[in-house]
Amino acid sequence: MTTAKAVKNVPPHPMDGLLRTERIPHIWCPGCGIGTVFSAVLAAIKNTGWDPNTIAMVSGIGCTGRMAGYIRLDSFHTTHGRALPFATGLKLAKPDTKVIIVSGDGDLFAIGGNHFIHAARRNMDMTVVCVNNFNYGMTGGQQAPSTPLGAKTTTTVNGSPEEPFNLCDLAATCGATYVARWTAMQVRSLRSSISEALEKRGFSFVEVITPCPSSFGRRNRMGTALEMMKFYQGRSVIRSDIDPSEAVVDIDREIVVGKFVDIERPTFMDHYEKVNRLNLPQWRAMHPDHQKGR
Amino acid sequence: MQARWGSHGHYEIIALSPSSPQEMFDFTIRAFNLSEYYRLPVILLADETIGHMNERVVIPQEEDIEIVNRRKPTVSREDYLPYEADADGIAPMANCGDGYRIHVTGLTHDDRGYPAMDAKAQEKMISRLVDKIRKNRDKIIRTQNLYLDDAEVVVVSYGISARSAMQAVRDARNEGIKAGLIKLDTVWPFPEELIRSVAPRTRAMIMAEINGGQMALELERSAGGACPVSLVSNLGGKILHPGLILNAVAKAATEKP
Repeated sequence: MTTAKAVKNVPPHPMDGLLRTERIPHIWCPGCGIGTVFSAVLAAIKNTGWDPNTIAMVSGIGCTGRMAGYIRLDSFHTTHGRALPFATGLKLAKPDTKVIIVSGDGDLFAIGGNHFIHAARRNMDMTVVCVNNFNYGMTGGQQAPSTPLGAKTTTTVNGSPEEPFNLCDLAATCGATYVARWTAMQVRSLRSSISEALEKRGFSFVEVITPCPSSFGRRNRMGTALEMMKFYQGRSVIRSDIDPSEAVVDIDREIVVGKFVDIERPTFMDHYEKVNRLNLPQWRAMHPDHQKGR
Repeated sequence: MQARWGSHGHYEIIALSPSSPQEMFDFTIRAFNLSEYYRLPVILLADETIGHMNERVVIPQEEDIEIVNRRKPTVSREDYLPYEADADGIAPMANCGDGYRIHVTGLTHDDRGYPAMDAKAQEKMISRLVDKIRKNRDKIIRTQNLYLDDAEVVVVSYGISARSAMQAVRDARNEGIKAGLIKLDTVWPFPEELIRSVAPRTRAMIMAEINGGQMALELERSAGGACPVSLVSNLGGKILHPGLILNAVAKAATEKP
C-alpha cells in the first residue's frame, strides 16, 4: 500500500467528476488490472447518462473492494462477502436506485458464495462486476475458489488440488439474466459489456480475468504485469452465445470469453409487486384479470 | 479479548431484553428509535421461552406510537462531513440518494468516512462511538423497580427470569421479608449507577439468570463490595422456578451481614 499524497500539476481526467480525487493515488499495486476494470466501469456509468445521485456502488472486502472508496457516488465498502446482501437491502429500500456491485472472486464466491447464488436466483435488479485474479491478493496471495487446478498460491505451495468454480456457469445456472467474461486487456468489449449489463433488467454479471502480478503472477512465474495481460489475452477465445458450462477458464489451454447469457426474466421486484401489492388499486387496475383474493 | 468478548477493540452496545410478548412489541419499537437516534445497531434479544410464548399483546393506535427518526444533515453537500458529530456525539446521517454521495467503510475512518489507519484517527473514532453511548447512559438505561425503597434483599434479573424473580419477590413480601426487584429492560449499558446507589443500603443482592453467572459478574462489579452478591441460576432447558429464588431471598434475609 502506498500512502496517499496530493498529486500536483496533473491535468484533469475526463472521469474526475466521478472520482473522489482527494483519495488518489489509489492503493493498488503497479501492474494490477483493477485500475483497467475501474476505468471501464466509470466509462460505462458515464455512458448511461444516469443522474449520479441515483447510482450506488457497493463492494465487499479485498483489493477490488477498495473501488467503492474512489468513486464519487453513494458508495459502500461493506464487510467481507456481504456486498450482495447489503446491495439487496439498498435495492429493496430504494428500488429506483441503480446498484452496481464490484468485488473480487474470493469475496463474491467464497465468503459471499451463498449470497451470490440467492441474489441471482431472486433476479435482483443489479449489476455485479467480478474482478477475478485467481487468488486473495490483499492478504498475501492465498488460494481462492477460482484458483486454477495446479496453480501455486501461498496456501497451496505445491499447486492447488481443487477444481475451481466456473463463475459464469454458476451465475447462469443460478438465474442471471446477463453473463459475460473478458480479460482486462479487452477493454472495449469489457466496457460495452458493462454498459449492457448496467442497462439490463435483472441480475447481470460480468467477470474480468485480471492480472495480479504481485501475488498470483509472481508465484506462478508469469512474468511482468504486461506479460500477464498479454498471456491472458493470448489464451482467450471469443465464443459468445455458447452454453456457459462450456465457457471454461483453463489458463493452460484456453480462456473462453464473450457474452454467454442475455435473457429476459421477471425480477424480484416484479414478483414482489404481484404477490404483495394486490390490494393496491392501481395494481388491480393494471391487472384486471387477476383473481381477487389470490 | 477477541476470544472472550468477540472483539479485541473497544465498543459500547445497546441491548434490550424483553420479558413478555408485549415487551417484544414495545421494545422492538424502542430498539428502532434508539438505533435511529444514536446511529448504532441496537440488539433486541429474547429468551427461548419469550420467543415461544403466546400472550395477549395490546397494539396501540398508530398515532400513539412514538417514532424517532435519524438526524439529517442541514448543511450543503460540499460542507457535509458524515461522521462529524454534534455536541452530543451523534453525527447527522444522510441517506443514500439524498445527493450527498456519502462513503461508508468498515475500516477506521475520518470525519469524511474515508479510511484512516493512524492511531490518532483510531482514538478519535472509537472515543466518539463509545462516548455517544456512555454520555447518554441515563437516557438509554431503563429498569423496572419493585419495592426498592425499603428493600433489604434486592433481586436483579432480566428476560424470562425477571418474571420468576417478580413472583419470588411478591411471595417474599407476603412472608414479611423486605425484598425488592430490579428488572433490567436494557441489559447493556448495565445500570451501574443504580446498583451503586442501592447496594450500600441492602443486606444482599441476588442475580437470577439462566447461565452459569454472567450478568452476576456485572452486578458484583457494580456493587463494589458494598453488599454480598449471589447467584440463582440453572444452565438452561427450563426456566427458573420462583421458589428457588424465594429460598435464596429468605436465606439472604436471615443471614448475618
